[in-house]
Amino acid sequence: MVDPVSDATPASAETPQSAASKLFDIRLMIGGLFTVYGVMLTVAGLFTSDADLRKATGININLILGIGMLLLGGFFLVWHRLSPKRVEPPPTDQPDRTESQ
Amino acid sequence: MCTASLADGGLRAVLKLDVNFFDWTILAIYFTLVVAIGVMARRAIATSEDFLLAGRSLPAWVTGIAFISANLGAIEILGMAANGAQYGMSTLHFYWIGAVPAMVFLGLVMMPFYYGSRVRTVPEFLLRRFNPATHLFNAVSFAAAAVLTAGVNLFALALVINALIGWPIWVSIMISAGFVLVYITLGGLSGAIYNEVLQFFVIVAGLVPLVVIGLHSVGGYAGLKEKVTHTALGPDSFSTWSGTAVGNWSNPLGDWIGIVMGLGFVLSFGYWTTNFAEVQRALSAKDLNSAQRTPLIGSYPKIFIPALTIIPGLIALVLVPKLGQVDKAGNPTGLTYNDAIPALMNKFLPNGTLGIALAGLLAAFMAGMAANISSFNTVFTYDIWQTYLVKGRRDGYYLKVGRIVTVAGILIGIGTAFIASGYGNIMIYIQLLFSYFNAPLFATFIVAMFWKRATPWAGFWGLVAGSVGAAAMHFGGYHIAYFARGGLTNDQMLNFYGALTAFVADVIVTAAVTMVTPSKPEAELAGLVWGVPDPNAPDPNTVPKPPWWASPKLLGGTSLGIVLVLSFIFV
Repeated sequence: MVDPVSDATPASAETPQSAASKLFDIRLMIGGLFTVYGVMLTVAGLFTSDADLRKATGININLILGIGMLLLGGFFLVWHRLSPKRVEPPPTDQPDRTESQ
Repeated sequence: MCTASLADGGLRAVLKLDVNFFDWTILAIYFTLVVAIGVMARRAIATSEDFLLAGRSLPAWVTGIAFISANLGAIEILGMAANGAQYGMSTLHFYWIGAVPAMVFLGLVMMPFYYGSRVRTVPEFLLRRFNPATHLFNAVSFAAAAVLTAGVNLFALALVINALIGWPIWVSIMISAGFVLVYITLGGLSGAIYNEVLQFFVIVAGLVPLVVIGLHSVGGYAGLKEKVTHTALGPDSFSTWSGTAVGNWSNPLGDWIGIVMGLGFVLSFGYWTTNFAEVQRALSAKDLNSAQRTPLIGSYPKIFIPALTIIPGLIALVLVPKLGQVDKAGNPTGLTYNDAIPALMNKFLPNGTLGIALAGLLAAFMAGMAANISSFNTVFTYDIWQTYLVKGRRDGYYLKVGRIVTVAGILIGIGTAFIASGYGNIMIYIQLLFSYFNAPLFATFIVAMFWKRATPWAGFWGLVAGSVGAAAMHFGGYHIAYFARGGLTNDQMLNFYGALTAFVADVIVTAAVTMVTPSKPEAELAGLVWGVPDPNAPDPNTVPKPPWWASPKLLGGTSLGIVLVLSFIFV
């Protein structure tokens, strides 16, 4: 057991391992959010009211934006599927601290 | 940039958005995800570097988008739309000459020194290159400016929520700060950066409809151009360089020396290459190549964002009656320039799309605050706490300090926001004060990286002289007739010339002090200065060569090429 108050030990010797490799993949979040939004807006666009159309100078913006967001969401999901995040070894251009004597 | 008028002018009650259940659902989904990202990013934090620098593990496209997103706060978006309505296409100078060359320079030239030397912050570079005095001067002024800016963002956000949705200012301040607190105290820099990436796409999705519908309603780009000529801006408003002759300027941004040297060189390079809130995104990249590509990837959205800010500004100028007009006492008679984008949202967007645009705008305000807090906590923990106050503890201790400092930073931000709501002018003066500290930074860094003789004390006195020079020019400039047109001093132009003065003063004093003080031994400068390689650096032949499409030179060159071509089109 490491004594929590023995702070005299050199910091580097006790630096715990980085947990950065456990970070999730943001592509899933972007893909998921834009797909959900895309579906919501596309459906709203299909049942758009005349008042909404008039407000947007005749453009069915919910439909257009909905389809656009679906495409972007799909892009991120497909990208994630095709090249999933790899757990990479520590990059080679990074001097390893434990061996840098 | 335009906080002042945002606070003073205020958004009129007419901006109240017709938000319904559909929009609220969209907002609820978004902010649930914001918190979820913070909660899930927590698993990836075991060390202080995981928390403060995202474990230096992120891919270039993520850090590249975060790099631009940290700059694409809502104050920037509303402010640039306001500038578009007020100055016309000359506003493009803030995006092209005033950003892209500096971003390319950071990626190609400076990043090897920052990332290669393994410094954790920008001030830490000054500590290793110069001395503790220079380091402390920069670390303290940066940390103070960062929490202050966070608070100003928070207040601006509360004002917008108040105008658009009707919530009281203090409720908005507490709720927004609460969201930021949760996602960056839990998720650290990874939480901040991931939310910045998400926010980038949502704000773009929210702004594009405004441009599409707006252009449609004014008769396309040609129609907009024709209609803007009939406004106060006049026929020169679609030209970026007209009226920039030295000695006889009429451009709203002044003469070309101020634009090219003051804005394009000193201010732009100072902000993009030395502001830690920006550089931190690159330092969190997983390797040197990704760090170099961070600002280069970010430069591509930067080139095209004006289509989403300046164009809506001009559309609002044409379509919103009395936009930006003031009576004889200087009080606005209608909506202010800063209201351009909210006014168009109100006018054009049906429920649904409105919810997306609102989510993007609110997210952009929070990202503006989060970027400042997440750079503040890193500088405070590493540069002030670990370097001077409590040295040599184990890493877990500094991780804990980082978390506490994050909470403290947000609390100070809340306090600042409340002060700003009561005494807006004080905030303007304090921001002005910090701008004096920023003005000479690029001069000091460029000398630091390229002149190995520059001595430790030269670094310190150069910064001091530059800050004094910027302040002197700012106060003196109001008495110089050349900066005024029609009895009014051109603040932008004075700002550019103030930066130039800071640069010159900094370089002269740095050189002079170098002559009379001892230099650092060359061994201590390894990896920090051009021509003094780090003997511990890995052999370049062992580092895998990136594929051709990931070549920083290609990315940077293409970016500059696009800006050059566009500059000729919009000359």
